[in-house]
Amino acid sequence: MKTLFDKIWDAHVVATVKDGPTQLYIDRHLCHEVTSPQAFAGLRARGLTVFRPKQTTLTADHNIPTMWQNRPIRDSISRFQVETLARNASDFGLTYYGLNNPRNGIVHVIGPENGYTQPGMTIVCGDSHTSTHGAFGAIAFGIGTSEVEMVLASQCILQTRPKTMRINFEGKLDENVSAKDMALYMISQLTTGGATGYFVEYAGEAVRNLTMEERMTLCNLSIEMGARGGLVAPDETTFNYIKGREFAPKGEKWEKALAYWKTLKSDEGAVFDKEVTFDVTKIRPMITYGTNPGMGIPIDGTIPHLDEIDEAGKISFEKSLNYMGFAPGEKLEGKQIDYVFLGSCTNGRIEDFRVFTNYVKGKKKAGNVTAWLVPGSWQVRKQIEAEGLDKILEEAGFELRQPGCSACLAMNDDKVPAGKYAVSTSNRNFEGRQGPGARTILAGPLVAAAAAVNGKITEP
Amino acid sequence: MNLKSEILNFEKIMEKFQTITSTYVPLPIENVDTDQIIPARFLKSTTREGFGDNLFADWRYDKEGNPKPDFVLNNPLYSGEVLVAGKNFGSGSSREHAAWAIGGYGFKVVVSSFFADIFRNNALNNGILPVVVSEKFLSELFVSVNSNPQATVTVNLEEQTISNNETGTVESFEINSYKKECLMKGLDDIDFLLSNRDKIEEYEKNRLFAYE
Ligand code: SF4
Repeated sequence: MKTLFDKIWDAHVVATVKDGPTQLYIDRHLCHEVTSPQAFAGLRARGLTVFRPKQTTLTADHNIPTMWQNRPIRDSISRFQVETLARNASDFGLTYYGLNNPRNGIVHVIGPENGYTQPGMTIVCGDSHTSTHGAFGAIAFGIGTSEVEMVLASQCILQTRPKTMRINFEGKLDENVSAKDMALYMISQLTTGGATGYFVEYAGEAVRNLTMEERMTLCNLSIEMGARGGLVAPDETTFNYIKGREFAPKGEKWEKALAYWKTLKSDEGAVFDKEVTFDVTKIRPMITYGTNPGMGIPIDGTIPHLDEIDEAGKISFEKSLNYMGFAPGEKLEGKQIDYVFLGSCTNGRIEDFRVFTNYVKGKKKAGNVTAWLVPGSWQVRKQIEAEGLDKILEEAGFELRQPGCSACLAMNDDKVPAGKYAVSTSNRNFEGRQGPGARTILAGPLVAAAAAVNGKITEP
Repeated sequence: MNLKSEILNFEKIMEKFQTITSTYVPLPIENVDTDQIIPARFLKSTTREGFGDNLFADWRYDKEGNPKPDFVLNNPLYSGEVLVAGKNFGSGSSREHAAWAIGGYGFKVVVSSFFADIFRNNALNNGILPVVVSEKFLSELFVSVNSNPQATVTVNLEEQTISNNETGTVESFEINSYKKECLMKGLDDIDFLLSNRDKIEEYEKNRLFAYE
């Protein structure tokens, strides 16, 4: 009796170090410009080549502008970092999707959309939101730069086997409740460290009913409760999504892969180290009020009172509210906001743009709001244009930008000014995440759309 | 193959970890995420050097870049090679720059009641020892240093113990014997993996399912 996680893990064990970690084989490795240069430098210093160059793919996303991508990057340090990535790709013979390449985009968006992410794989990237790829029934997790170097050098990594957790979402979601709300609700219940040491499998009726993009949103946020990763057993939804994509197996190979993928589910009676069940009919559209993703409440809810917080957490709670300019016991509904960011590897895919556009259609962007609409990839942007969403957005006063991580981590020029409030569809509301002093309120695309049109936090 | 012979081939790139007795810097804040440890705008470097100067940059410096006197790293009362932090230290991004910043600043040990997984691996891969202690031990450390900034801890990796030298309380901590040996000998993982290449090729031949 094995869990899905066990099946995939066991199929990738190369060796086990006595009293130590497992040497795990990695099927796919993704790299971006920020966490890889020191790893390539390490390879050079040791005189090594990349062991399996076909299994590593590079993209530039974190540090790039979202306007005028056809011009040289203005910030010379950013430009050098992106150029370093391009040079590493050519020196080590790796595939690289640089700026303006039609396959360029956020690393966790382009993996799935090109059919590069497949069930049963082990996938790593020097980026914590690698958990996104778990939506396909893969063991996908973020690693540090030393580990990037290990994978480049040996296609393996040393890892301690995590414990397993199953989170069941039962019932049917309300129409205006999204996968993002499910995730923010889950993290608010389990806290940001609640799944540390675990690999999560998402199951239950509500998960089965999610589209692939929604599953990606859910798995993406696994890391925000500390989980090593999160996955969903592959099913027809998964297979239909993958079929026909650029790097998906074709013909006979497809049949062979499909037969294997169909075995990838937890056995009936498999035991998890921990099991949690949520009733999704209780979930409302969510927003965050604090400076970690666990500080979430329903959109019409109130911020907890000080006496609801345990003693050890009080300093952090007060520091957090102080940073946000909110008070304990306060309601956020009706609060004026300044920025809206639609994008990131959490909510920067076509379905997110459809939801946002559908809401703002025929309405106008509020005058007090600056909105950044940043597609997760060039393919997403092309699809937006193909469906005419860009025209609708334009009529409502919005402008579509070019793909990248953008205001999700504000390494480029898309920075929210100090003290300003941003309703953001990204994944982290940490202090300074969207720029020094910026105040981030996390939400799904629908809540973001309502905020963009009304200029304040409102129920969509 | 036993562990000793496996890691004897390692290239020595890290400083060997020895028993440390040191004053410590208290940071009684929970959920300190890697964006606080090293904000994203400092991640543009392509080397491992220089991150220590920007450790906790937004808490440490004001807009003009002047040290904020109320932040602990700017308080001359506190110093040492050990950082003692609130629960769930190092959550968030996988950026190893966080470990480079902590090591670059001069910390060799981080003590907390709970660490985020990726941060813990990153620290170990850079010769920094994350020590997990009980909530009680942690809060006593904060109390001790509050009344005496010269309070010290002793971290003994060999014995896997940490002592609060103010109170005399000792606690043992967990670390797997592989990582312990790596730290004590100043070794890292890559040569181990490389020495294993035949096993990797063997795996590739026999695996359950081969992706193209
Ligand atoms: S969009 Fe944000 S979370 Fe996703 S990879 Fe980019 S910076 Fe990381």
